[in-house]
Amino acid sequence: MGAKWYLGTGAQNDVVISTSLHLARNLRQFPFPSRLSVPEKIKVNSIVKSAVDSVEGYDFNYFELKTLSQSELVSLAERYLVSPEFASSRDGKALLLTDDESVSVMLNEEDHIRLQVMYAGFALEEAYRTADRIDNELNRKLEYAFDDNLGYLAQNPMALGTGMRASVVLHLPALVAASQITKLITTVSKLGLSLQGSYGEGAAAKGDLFRLSNTLTLGISEKAAIDNLKSIALQIAAQERIAREEIFKNAITEDKIYRAYGVLKYARLIDTNEFMELISLVRLGAVKGLIKMDTAKIEALMIQMQPATISLSVDRPLDRVERDKLRALLVRQNLM
Amino acid sequence: MLCQNCNKNEANMHMKRIINGHAAEVHLCSDCARSLGYGDAFSGVGLGFSDFFEDLFHKNELSASTVRCHGCNKSFEEIASDGEMGCAECYVTFFDKIQPLIHRLHGRATHIGKKPHSENSFSPDERLQQLKVALQSAVDNQDFELAVKLRDEINGLIAEGGAF
Repeated sequence: MGAKWYLGTGAQNDVVISTSLHLARNLRQFPFPSRLSVPEKIKVNSIVKSAVDSVEGYDFNYFELKTLSQSELVSLAERYLVSPEFASSRDGKALLLTDDESVSVMLNEEDHIRLQVMYAGFALEEAYRTADRIDNELNRKLEYAFDDNLGYLAQNPMALGTGMRASVVLHLPALVAASQITKLITTVSKLGLSLQGSYGEGAAAKGDLFRLSNTLTLGISEKAAIDNLKSIALQIAAQERIAREEIFKNAITEDKIYRAYGVLKYARLIDTNEFMELISLVRLGAVKGLIKMDTAKIEALMIQMQPATISLSVDRPLDRVERDKLRALLVRQNLM
Repeated sequence: MLCQNCNKNEANMHMKRIINGHAAEVHLCSDCARSLGYGDAFSGVGLGFSDFFEDLFHKNELSASTVRCHGCNKSFEEIASDGEMGCAECYVTFFDKIQPLIHRLHGRATHIGKKPHSENSFSPDERLQQLKVALQSAVDNQDFELAVKLRDEINGLIAEGGAF
């Protein structure tokens, strides 16, 4: 397996951690997934798989979900490759995935095809161009369900239109500290966007990571939706930078960052919640130049230290204490 | 204001889903918003779907509906209860019934994004040029219906500041 997409760094990476974009598509000649029997789903999988395999420039690995263990499945969700709903029932579902995990295709989730592209940093246009190109190639082989007025037809009427959902993951520790998140969630919802905890919800989002996404899909072009998302993301990033200036005026912030670093460096047991809280502070310190640590390494840790993903790094199931012990060990090694 | 889903807690999440005028506001408490995955455009409507239809049609009217979609054999009653369209054909079969929901979710908008086989490989300028030529020939042939469509597409492209 090659290097993963999240090991890279990208633009605006003091605040913007990653970009993802997905396109939902359905095949015209089959009912939507909830009306398909398992054998029919398998047929859809094989039709889409052969179209995906013919896309130039990518090698895809194919997984049928029912062949994966529970940890493998949850880990896919922790790595943003499938939605938690996708992981809940497995029969007839499949996933196509490149080695670096930057391009994936979920089969028979809510729609027959969900093509997803992920990049480090702020890369909405690049993500769209990649997804658009692959979509065009697939469309040469596949007949999509489409209506001139309603756009790409989907099982869920809320996704009609472009079928596109673009999002950026933002690191907002200073806006969290300034209790601005609830207000921000309300504001962006009025602008056709949603802001949600990337792991965990609302102000309780773990690691101060938030996902900003477009919610409008009908009556708006892909370009306009992306421009809108981009401009709001930049405004939030600017607010976060101002809030960071503010919190650094207080000596407590710097103290908290070094204490967080100290605990991560010497703790022998550490659970996910504590890890996420502390690594968020360390990331803030790294961006500020207080702590010499590559932010890409921090982002990779934020993904790799999630409970199911960490369990996959050893060959046997781990109980909670063993997992917390392993997490503490891996974090220490990475913080050298 | 009370949450539209549970009718118990105070609604503290207010979402607007409008494009061209016509409000489609949704008011939820944070618990319901979370459990319904609201704000996530792709995670299932769930949201008072059946309530919504029961508001529009009386319950007995719903259960009296026996029309089934030719594509997937789903009835409108089933769609109203699980919030999931069965197939592409359902959008045709039940269009009149589903339209109010689409308006509520999306406003009175129609699709202006990418189309299948459109292969946006032309630069916006090239595409604009093509459309202008097509418009002229439509006018020459007195195909005014096509001309209006092309004109709208040209205006759309200009307003968009070009496609990707």
